[in-house]
Amino acid sequence: MTTLSVNGKTYKVDVDPQTPLLWVLRDTLGLTGTKYGCGIGQCGSCTVHVDGEAMRSCVVQVGAVAGRHVTTIEALAKGHVLHRVQQAWIDHDVPQCGYCQSGMIMAVVALLKEKPQPTDADIDDAITNICRCGTFQQVRAAIHAAAKA
Amino acid sequence: MTVKARTAASALSRRAFLVETTAVVGGLSLGFNIPFLGAAQAADGAAAEINAWVVIRPDDTVVIRIARSEMGQGTLTGLAQLVAEELQCDWSKVTTEFPTPGQSLARQRAWGNFSTGGSRGIRESHKYVREGGAAAREMLIQAAATAWKVPAAECAAANSVITHQPSGRKTSYGKVAAKAAKLAPPATVTLKDPKDWTIAGKGLKRLDTAPKVTGEQVYGIDLKLPGMLVAVIRDCPVNGGVVKSFDAAKVAGMPGVKRVVAVDQSGVAVVADTFWNAKTAVEALPVEWDPGEGATVSSASIAALLKEGLDADKAYVGNKAGDAAAAIAGAAKKVEAVFSYPFLNHATMEPMNATALYTPERCEVWAPTQNGEAALAATADAAELPVARCDVHKMILGGGFGRRGRTDYVRQAVLIAKQMPGTPIKLIWTREEDMTHCGFHPISQCKLTGGLDAAGNLVGLHMRLSGQSILASLMPQNLQNGMDPVTFQGLNPGGAESAFGYDVPNLLIDHAMRNTHLTAGFWRGVNTNHNAIYVECFMDELAHAAGVDPLEFRRKLLKPKHRAVLDAVAERAHWGNPPPGRHQGLAQIMGFGSYVAACAEVSVSPEGKLTIHKIVAATNPGVVVNPAQIERQVAGSFVYGLSALLYGEITVKDGAVEQTNFDTYNSLRMAEMPEVEALIVPTGDFWGGVGEPTIAVAAPAVLNAIFQATGKRIRSVPLMHHDLRPA
Repeated sequence: MTTLSVNGKTYKVDVDPQTPLLWVLRDTLGLTGTKYGCGIGQCGSCTVHVDGEAMRSCVVQVGAVAGRHVTTIEALAKGHVLHRVQQAWIDHDVPQCGYCQSGMIMAVVALLKEKPQPTDADIDDAITNICRCGTFQQVRAAIHAAAKA
Repeated sequence: MTVKARTAASALSRRAFLVETTAVVGGLSLGFNIPFLGAAQAADGAAAEINAWVVIRPDDTVVIRIARSEMGQGTLTGLAQLVAEELQCDWSKVTTEFPTPGQSLARQRAWGNFSTGGSRGIRESHKYVREGGAAAREMLIQAAATAWKVPAAECAAANSVITHQPSGRKTSYGKVAAKAAKLAPPATVTLKDPKDWTIAGKGLKRLDTAPKVTGEQVYGIDLKLPGMLVAVIRDCPVNGGVVKSFDAAKVAGMPGVKRVVAVDQSGVAVVADTFWNAKTAVEALPVEWDPGEGATVSSASIAALLKEGLDADKAYVGNKAGDAAAAIAGAAKKVEAVFSYPFLNHATMEPMNATALYTPERCEVWAPTQNGEAALAATADAAELPVARCDVHKMILGGGFGRRGRTDYVRQAVLIAKQMPGTPIKLIWTREEDMTHCGFHPISQCKLTGGLDAAGNLVGLHMRLSGQSILASLMPQNLQNGMDPVTFQGLNPGGAESAFGYDVPNLLIDHAMRNTHLTAGFWRGVNTNHNAIYVECFMDELAHAAGVDPLEFRRKLLKPKHRAVLDAVAERAHWGNPPPGRHQGLAQIMGFGSYVAACAEVSVSPEGKLTIHKIVAATNPGVVVNPAQIERQVAGSFVYGLSALLYGEITVKDGAVEQTNFDTYNSLRMAEMPEVEALIVPTGDFWGGVGEPTIAVAAPAVLNAIFQATGKRIRSVPLMHHDLRPA
């Protein structure tokens, strides 16, 4: 049994502690907003926050986050009030297929926590998520807008 | 080819349906008429189905039915705009739903073609969806007029409100929908002139954004059904090979494992309670493969096969004018260059997946598919059930790019589910399975030979393609006397789809088909990707040899619409006057019914580091449905095209694909993304596609700019293999 804190709730999950956090979130807890893209920490689709820090959950073993606070895309909005990054995403019509966007948004929220007014260079360094539809221009514009919000 | 609309869908044999639906995957023309289908009450009673395209609820919500798939390209929103424009409804009350291909078939293919590829989603269905919207509007107006006992001609509709103009009486669509649904559809409708559009033609926001930023959007991979199990598959690493044996007992006791099943001759899958348990077990499963003849193939042997084709006597002729050989032989100057282009994987962000629920009576599938009808045919075929007892529920796609026009993963899911009747099975491919099993972008080489006269005019051009045919892989029944006409995308002598832009007096473009054991597939941009590099990089080489500016050299030869888009980018990018330290390159092509051009601006450091600063791209798609979405598709196509240019390459060793994941098949990141300025220059006189055309011009424009920067002609991609330090 591993005790997990996800989105403010405590869960006891009966899985091998080596199971990637991603698959515990998706298959055990049913939180499918966090996406599987590569399984090797390359694409960032599975980005979540662990104690506020962006982590690629496909390469984080669930045993390693026992007792730590995990936040997923599902808990970003407070009730019906979207997080300012989500709102900026809507305002800039960012997603196309949208599959990578949960991870992209989680990475951006973590960036803005660390650097509230990021430069383009900061964005380039921090946001290395893969997006094959290529909405990078809208992503960049939305990050700057969220920083000002 | 033409597929006739059927009158007795239920009598249709599975085989016939299969053949006809797979025949249209490639985007070949499909002729049929969509009648304004008669009214039928929707299942939920409260909502009134005015016709196949429009359902209206009492609260004035307008549900617009969308037959084509949404994979990020925005077709769902664009098609809804076209229906709503004619319907004259309140856009803020519009929502959408996908009819299933099974429902369509049961209603004589009420929604027409479901295939979503070849940038055809809007341009192929705009007329009948607009007619659907217009017919519904007329019926709603008639229902109000009848209730008011006034002539319909005295009533007008706007913003979901019907007004009797003489009296000023008003009612809403929701109030008259139930009565309208019972009326006969009008015999004819008149469509609005696009210049009068207020919803279509505007850069409206997408309808599918909100759930994509909250994690609520359910993609196929996210589907949950009661009692569902997850399957992970391993198909033979060498295409064409089979499973010799596997030892299920070795993994039967592993956590969560329910079953180990064979899938066709070439695959084996583990069914478990979770993805991770299924994946762990299938990777531990001892499997002995018989790789078959493909095992002797390598990238080197494929390159040799293609090289032989460059000078082979026999080739299919795609475009011919005058006598190219004689003109080149007699030319004052001869220029020759050989190019190559690799296999590529689509690498959709959402790996292949499908969920199937099979019982001996019925089979249901939930799948991210670009072709609902082909997926239905594959379901019926794998389930060995009549089509009428199967259906496919289309999911929003986490990327398509042509990959999901194929149905291999649907077939697999059904074959697994068939071995566990009554249990929903969600098949998920690992990224590794996805990377190594694909209908890959076809590999090719090209030898171009050009002849210039003493004044630097191009008097003869021979373009010999050698490479794999997509049709030969996926739909050999569509080859024409052995020739693959799709090979000549962007090179055709004329036509509305993908004509060669240059008037060359003596021209020969031919194709030596050289197929490999890998399956080739439609990959966003398809054959225009390499054809644009070959033609546009060689035009640059010819211009250089002639001592003429590359823009002027092209302008003299280009047909008017091709020239217009090139002129547009040259003007906006200040061709010939780049910012200090930067260098420019041009390219143009016609593809998917649209005319596109690009001007790239790059710099290359003394250490050989390439920076792509900016690309100005022009698109003439004829009619514009959503300019904001076109801009995003143009920029997005460059991410896809530039990823291929920089990093994209699938190689083969001992018959198997060597790349397994994004660590060995990289994709362009934010830091490498150039600024993209999309110019939309519509002429309004045709309907072209926008999802794909511009992808092809990114690579040649950058390659030509690299030559300006370094003096180096790069004739093979990806760029990661090249030393770009200035010569």
